[in-house]
Amino acid sequence: MIEFRIDSRSGVAPYHQLVHQVKQALRLGILREGDQLPTVKEVVAQVAINPNTVLKAYRQLEHEGLAAGRPGKGTFVTRSLAGASLAAHQALRQDLVRWLTAARDAGLDDDSIDALFQTTLRAGTGEGVA
Amino acid sequence: MTAAVKTHQLSKRYRRGRWALLDCTLTLPAGKVVGLVGVNGAGKTTLLHLAVGLLRPTAGTISVFGEPPAARATQLARIGLVAQDAPLYPTLTVADHLRLGRSLNPGWDHGTAAARIDRLGLDADQPAGRLSGGQRAQIALTLAVAKRPDVLVLDEPVASLDPLARREFLQGLMEAVAARKLTVVLSSHLLSDIERVCDHLVVLADGRVRVAGDVEDLLATHKVLCGPRRDPRRLPADQHVVQASHTDRQTTLLVRTDRPILDPAWTVTEINLEDLVLAYMAAPSTPAERPAVARNGVQVGR
Repeated sequence: MIEFRIDSRSGVAPYHQLVHQVKQALRLGILREGDQLPTVKEVVAQVAINPNTVLKAYRQLEHEGLAAGRPGKGTFVTRSLAGASLAAHQALRQDLVRWLTAARDAGLDDDSIDALFQTTLRAGTGEGVA
Repeated sequence: MTAAVKTHQLSKRYRRGRWALLDCTLTLPAGKVVGLVGVNGAGKTTLLHLAVGLLRPTAGTISVFGEPPAARATQLARIGLVAQDAPLYPTLTVADHLRLGRSLNPGWDHGTAAARIDRLGLDADQPAGRLSGGQRAQIALTLAVAKRPDVLVLDEPVASLDPLARREFLQGLMEAVAARKLTVVLSSHLLSDIERVCDHLVVLADGRVRVAGDVEDLLATHKVLCGPRRDPRRLPADQHVVQASHTDRQTTLLVRTDRPILDPAWTVTEINLEDLVLAYMAAPSTPAERPAVARNGVQVGR
């Protein structure tokens, strides 16, 4: 079971925050296939958000094939996002650390690194689509 | 979409006073949590009191599930109210309030009410006058929910509460919404709370409805455009200007449109709920004061 939190100042719609937190938990292996997600009532009692927001987040997860509702029981995780890629994390992290060191040596601060990463990620995604 | 509350040109003028509410035409969908926002004196409490039948319209109509709010006793039973500052009888105990609720309301759900008081850790023999503001608000909410209304109206329920009591109150309210089909209409100045709990929004200013709609739709159809200075009147016809500001070189606009912004001169950013509400609250009140906007046909005062 996971606990949700809502950051009202983030500017990110609450339902996106819920979806993101579930995916993050799936990526990190905190949630696994078969795990139950908190019920709508539990979520709203915990973080005081609109029940429709929770339903919408769960529908989105179902739509993406990550969770499924079982009538009268609740919503359950049907697929993990960690899977095979988890094994590759370690090597990628080492590469990233090397790259970060190089970036700092070149005089980039954290904000510049983040900006460079985000624009490159977006550009890469754009190329992938085109 | 079923309408929980429907108004048509609803207007209210107090004795020898100004119009507290004018030409207010609204449809509040059933099953939603509707947030009502506006500065003090905008007409929020007047609208809520008309909805629960405490006031009668000077002109226009209001109906709750198709009938006037105070049409008859069965209709009043469908409407719950948590009034400002959660008024209770100070000398009566918590248990007395529940007993009163039970004998006055035909659809009273005593089990849920008692369980809720228990869960809140309240002493049932305590007089209401000795409770904290947060506890009184929780009791008022318990009483209103136990009545099992179809529409629950709350007039600034959390305004006087500390942050913890406020959060606990909203948790209780959202639990009630999750537990059964319930339409909620609540007024608040706290936009962060509105953003958390509401999925429909009504902005009132000077007794008129400035904007109303599903939060998601409102956020999706409003865009902030920033670019070189230009005349907002020369925008595509489907872009309605809500707010415009200029420096000698730059123009920033808040526009409402269903279509994507194609003009590459604009830097387009999304808007958050708080900025959206503030823009509508600040917009001038009469169409005459805003020729550029009137020509673009923005909806105000409806």
